[in-house]
Order: sequence, then structure tokens, then C-alpha cells
Amino acid sequence: MSSFTLDNLVTLLRQATGEADLEAAEHFADTTFTDLGYDSLVLLETAGQISRNYGVVLSDDDLEQIETPRELVERVNAGV
Amino acid sequence: MSATRVAGCAITGLGVVAPTGIGVPEYWQATTSGRSGIHPVTRFDASGYVGGLAGEVPGFTAADHIPARLLPQTDHVTRLSLVAASEALSSSGLHAESVAEFGIGISTASTLGGFEFGQRELEHLWGLGREHVSAYQSFAWFYAVNTGQVSIRHGLRGPGSTVVTDQAGGLDALGAARRQVRGGTPVVVAGAVDGGLCPLGWAGFQSAGRLSRDADPASAYTPFAASADGHVPGEGGAYLIVEDSEHAAARGAHVLGTITGYAATFDPDPEDPVADGLSRAAVLALDDAGVDTTDIDVVFPDAAGHAPADRAEAAAIIGLFGPGGVPISIPKTGTGRLLAGAGTLDAASALLAIESSVIPPAATHLPPHEGLDLVTEPRATRVRHALVLARGSGGFNAALVVSAPDAHSD
Repeated sequence: MSSFTLDNLVTLLRQATGEADLEAAEHFADTTFTDLGYDSLVLLETAGQISRNYGVVLSDDDLEQIETPRELVERVNAGV
Repeated sequence: MSATRVAGCAITGLGVVAPTGIGVPEYWQATTSGRSGIHPVTRFDASGYVGGLAGEVPGFTAADHIPARLLPQTDHVTRLSLVAASEALSSSGLHAESVAEFGIGISTASTLGGFEFGQRELEHLWGLGREHVSAYQSFAWFYAVNTGQVSIRHGLRGPGSTVVTDQAGGLDALGAARRQVRGGTPVVVAGAVDGGLCPLGWAGFQSAGRLSRDADPASAYTPFAASADGHVPGEGGAYLIVEDSEHAAARGAHVLGTITGYAATFDPDPEDPVADGLSRAAVLALDDAGVDTTDIDVVFPDAAGHAPADRAEAAAIIGLFGPGGVPISIPKTGTGRLLAGAGTLDAASALLAIESSVIPPAATHLPPHEGLDLVTEPRATRVRHALVLARGSGGFNAALVVSAPDAHSD
């Protein structure tokens, strides 16, 4: 597994949110999940997919601290 | 004396999802025509299961009705529920913003919760491992899920509740809504949409031993007939907007009718020949409404389609109304039994009968009954008061009286 990219995250978020046409708009990476309209359940569902697909398990503490897509991508890559 | 005022409970909105139609106009057109929505199961391969007929909501594409964001986190029945609740709210003309912040509550009933969703996640759990179970399983399977999803979608911040009393639940949810309105909540979205047309749900229906083995949609579900051998299951139900009459009048709302009476009773064994819980519930509801049996223009019975339960219900109705003493309308012969959805859908039919002055006929051929006036053709007649009955497995009985807006008994 080389790395986990923002595009990979967008693909997972499409499944978790049901938004098939979701695209990373400008400033997406640095906008908080709250401001993007994604609640903690979307993050939990996404974390489940990351664990299944990339073998990186994010703890509850991780999920509480991660606020933006960029932070999530960096945290996953640190664990790959 | 406003301090001791008991709020009247007007019905100011209606939403329906049924095997006989999505939306009130389509449902009522089919129902008054005696059209049936019972067909061979298409939602899964039902070969090898008992029965094989069901009342499925036809042509439902969830993405056409609800936001994409809700799709990964909702069971089929919750999606149907969201559609019916939206129709009920929009037909009432109410907007959450125009009512006090905690002024709109929600009261639902459920028998199976999000059963199909739960089945799929169980498959993931045992087939792939626990890390494959969706985070949304935490609530998507749950009995109270429709109360939660409807309240979130429409911003309803008043009291929320869910009752679980099997097929009696739809009426119990309306009874609970009335209690909230009397307690000072101006509006309650109330009702039930229920079902479990998936292998796991079907396995449960099958083990209860009440499914009809008849493969002919025209004869499989014929309650009160000597040949009745069980029922056909279905999915769907209705939501009603239950509103304080003064609140409804103040905003000039169109009132479909009022809930004037409600009661619930419990039988340890509802099939015991001496069990009288259904009859007691009916008497208590009539007393509550301040009407006599002679005031009731139509009864929507539970109609189990199971011989001992049918005999007990026929005896209760004949005991109250006399032989052939009241028209018996059974539109659920065209939908199958909808669990908690049944009582609210029958209440919706009662309100539509009041509004349109038509008693809907059965959708299957019911042979004449020596003590019951079974309505088999649409019957044009004024309806002022209707009695709705429902029984839940385990001994739950509920009775509801709905009345025409102008039919004040006092």
C-alpha cells in the first residue's frame, strides 16, 4: 500500500454519504467536516471503510481530534 | 375555563404509502375501486418459504423521494416512512418554522424497525467480519428509527415517542399523540409505516404460523370467511397530523376529522374464547368519544384472517352492534397486514371515507357472513363516526373513534 490520497477519501465519502457525485471542491481539504456537513457518523462509517480497505484502524481519540480531510489523510498515511 | 380545557384533536394532514399506492390520491382511488396490491413477492426470492404473496409498495425508487445523504443510513421502511411523513406535513400546510420551537412532536409505532437493513448487516457480521458492519447499523435497525429520522429531517423538536405493540401500535401511536396534544403540544406527527419483506422478516412471519398458504392473490387473504387460512403480509402505513383544534382553527387549517375516542386493553390470551379485550377497548373508545354504537357508520376491523381470531372479533362486533348492525370495511384485504402500519392506514381510510362519503370495499372476494355486513362494493353514504380496531400479537387491543369535523356529539 503506497499511500492514501485525498481522492481515495473522496471515493470513500461518496459511499458513506450516499452522494455519488461528491467532488472535492476548492478548500475541501482544509474545511472542517462539520462545515462540510458531515457528522460523527459519517466519520465512523468512513473509518470503518479505511480499516477494511487500507488496514489502518483509527481510534475514537483519533476521530475526535481529526477535523479536516487533510488531517484525516495525513493520519491514515502515518498509520499505513 | 381554559385552565381545564381538554384540547380537541383535529387531523389536518395525511400521508400514505401503501401497496395500493404512494400518496393519498392514488391510494384512495385504488381503495375505493377495490383494487388489490397483493402479488407474488418480488423483493427477494421467496420460493421455499411459506406463502409467497405480499403487499409490496410498487414502483418505489428511494432516490426519487429522499435526499441522497439519507440513503446509506436508512432501511427501506424508514424511506417509506419519510415519504409518508413528508406528505402528511405538506398537506397540513404547516412549517416547522411557523410553530413554536418545541411545538411539533412525533409519535410513531414500529414492530420490526429496519429489519432488512439489520439482516444485511448481520450477513456482513457473520460473512465478512465485525469490521464490515456499517456504523449506521447503530440506529438504522431500531424501532425508534422512524421517530428519529422524521424529526431530524423536518426539524421537529417537540416530544418524541415510539410504541411497540405489534399490529395495535398504529392506533396506540395516535393515542399517544392525542395525549401529547392534550398536554399542551400544539401539533404531533403521528402514525406508523411498518414491514419486513425480507428473508429474516419472512422467517419470523412463518414461525408465527399465521401466513396464508393460498397462492392466489384473489383468495389468499379473506378474513371472516370459513375458508380463511391466514393472512398475507404487507408493507406501508400512514402518518396523520394531529393538531390542537384551536391551533388548527387559528391558522385556518383544513380539518379532515377529529380523534374523538381511543382506548387500549390487554388480554393474556386473545384467542381464549372468554377473552373480551377487543370488545372492552371498543366500548371504552366509544364512551371516550361520547357516542353510542348507533352513531358509528362504519367499522374497520383488525381482520386477522385466522379462524379463531376472526371468530373472536366477529363475536365482539356482533355483541356490540347486533347481527349486520354496522358496515364492515376491510381495505387491508388489498394491502395485506401492515403490522403497526395497519391501524394508522385504517384511520386514514376512515378519514377519507368521512371526507368523500364513500365506504371502501374489500379488495378480495369475501363470501357473505351471517353476522357481519361486509362491504364488498363501494358504498356511498355519509360517514360521521368510524370505529377502527387493531390487535397485536401477545394480547394488545386498541380501538379508535374518528369523527367528521362537524360531528360534535356534545
